[in-house]
Amino acid sequence: MNRQAQAAVLFLVGAALLHAGFTNLYLRYVKAGLQPLLLLSGAVLIVAALATAWYEWRRARMEKAHADTHADTHGEANAEAHTEGEQHEERGHVHREPRIAWLLVLPLFALILVAPPALGSYSAVRTGTAIQQPYGLSKLPASNPLTIGLVDYATRAVYDHGRSLGTRQLKVTGFIALDKSGSPYLVRMALNCCAADAQPVKIALTGKIPPVLQPDTWLEVTGTYSAKQTKDPINNRPIPYFQVTLAKPVPTPKDPYDESWNQ
Amino acid sequence: MAITTEPAAPTTDPPQPTTDPPQQPSAPATPDASSKESPDVPANAAAKDGWQLNSPLVLTMVLLLVVLAQGPIRQALSAPVMQSWMTVFVAVVVQALPFLVLGVLLSAAIAVFVPPTFFARALPNNPVLAVPVAGMAGAILPGCECASVPVAGALVRRGVTPAAAIAFLLSAPAINPIVLTATAVAFPRNPEMVLARFAGSLLVACAMGWLWQRIGRTDWLRLPAHEPHEGETKGAAFWGSVRHDVMQAGGFLVLGAMSAATLKAVAPASWLRTAADNPVVAILALSILAVLLSICSEADAFVAASLTQFSLTAKLAFLVVGPMIDLKLFAMQAGTFGRGFALRFAPATFVLAIAGAVVTGAVLL
Repeated sequence: MNRQAQAAVLFLVGAALLHAGFTNLYLRYVKAGLQPLLLLSGAVLIVAALATAWYEWRRARMEKAHADTHADTHGEANAEAHTEGEQHEERGHVHREPRIAWLLVLPLFALILVAPPALGSYSAVRTGTAIQQPYGLSKLPASNPLTIGLVDYATRAVYDHGRSLGTRQLKVTGFIALDKSGSPYLVRMALNCCAADAQPVKIALTGKIPPVLQPDTWLEVTGTYSAKQTKDPINNRPIPYFQVTLAKPVPTPKDPYDESWNQ
Repeated sequence: MAITTEPAAPTTDPPQPTTDPPQQPSAPATPDASSKESPDVPANAAAKDGWQLNSPLVLTMVLLLVVLAQGPIRQALSAPVMQSWMTVFVAVVVQALPFLVLGVLLSAAIAVFVPPTFFARALPNNPVLAVPVAGMAGAILPGCECASVPVAGALVRRGVTPAAAIAFLLSAPAINPIVLTATAVAFPRNPEMVLARFAGSLLVACAMGWLWQRIGRTDWLRLPAHEPHEGETKGAAFWGSVRHDVMQAGGFLVLGAMSAATLKAVAPASWLRTAADNPVVAILALSILAVLLSICSEADAFVAASLTQFSLTAKLAFLVVGPMIDLKLFAMQAGTFGRGFALRFAPATFVLAIAGAVVTGAVLL
């Protein structure tokens, strides 16, 4: 890949990062806290692309002038061979242009053309639930019905045995995943940094579940705490149940991941 | 490689197909691969008839073809396993790029604005003392391992003793503030992991430096003869270094992201679970995993943290081995220092890094 092409790739990668950072696209892949760094690096890449193009243009102009002066003294053919040899010595030896750089067009296509969705039921059913023992539980607001995060519900149900939940009406949002036997789970992927480390937290649904459930559809379920628990066959960790009284489809949230572990 | 348009024409072609095969093992992406390659074959033939095929042209054609063929490409990638693969792949790249850019900027600034004589003057003349000093100096170069390889090459060319440069090469990617901060973020419940990573990596880096001091031979090193930034203005050298490092390290980053995504999307978690049961096998398994995954040291702590079923010592081995030796580093070291060096250096580093991690883990974790 020569330098003009490198400048183009740098520019496109920088623009793709800016695009992902300014829209909510980046939230499908990384944590929200990375946004400023993403925008900064996108801007730096664009500056590097412009600088590369500028120096390349200047070098070409200087070389042309160089070749012209040589042409005056040595004649056409001689001068051409000379400059070419010099360039090889100067650039070919030291600055071997990295061929591996061609691979950079792949994430570009993936991000701009395909923009894959956030991790969903496929990863969720293949990975064990990642419920963690909490340090302490914060006091819940008094509203009724109470909107509570899925990870928060699962943690309170398992490690607090629902004491802080009682019989209150709760609203929980997550996406549907069906295990091998077809029983439905409501899942949220919890994330530390990027989707590569995302792990599912699952709750099992019981009560008034809609008859047909498509994996990966987002639902907001209303209902109450259930003392029933099951075990995730993948890693033997507990999965609490949720007693559903109402389930309604909702659009994918702005940040599809649960980032409460980052706080 | 591509220097002037004429010699570039034949050499720019081979890499073009190589952009596709890495996707194939995990992807039923054949329709897009074939649609991308077939039009290039006549173009290649045409190049020999005096048609100039240079990399901007290839790039434009690839971009156009992919945009035109995006329907079939999307269809081929709609299977859940491919979607998940792509998501992890994009996530690793998007997450690592800002850190990579930051590291490359700083390493370019150090390479261009710090005078060549500075390092030779700053280090003790006695090589035995220079090794730990250079190892500690690694802490002030906030780059990933991709950036430390060219810097170490430049150090040797500037007259630093190779033993000290090796200590720097191995310690810089593991003990700099960015990597240690990332480790602290990834292990919020085990702050001792940060100290263990710092101590273990520094120990192994110094041991490798002293080992080179005892048995290393200068003729194993094959360094490029030229100063890279001769006769350029500082601005040109700076942005040249940034461009080169981003393109090269970025390419290797994509390679690492692809292998990480493949592992995450395809390999069932049960493979690793069987390895995790035996403490010795667990350490070996994660060390080999670190070599194969080739994750940038700025992101590897998060991957280590997600391997929940493994012991802390095994995770430490993953964190110590990964920044010192992996597939992409081996390729970069062979390119910078010569294959004879890399073939001797890599196995020694691997063994010493595991030993260092086990010792540190036994003391600190």
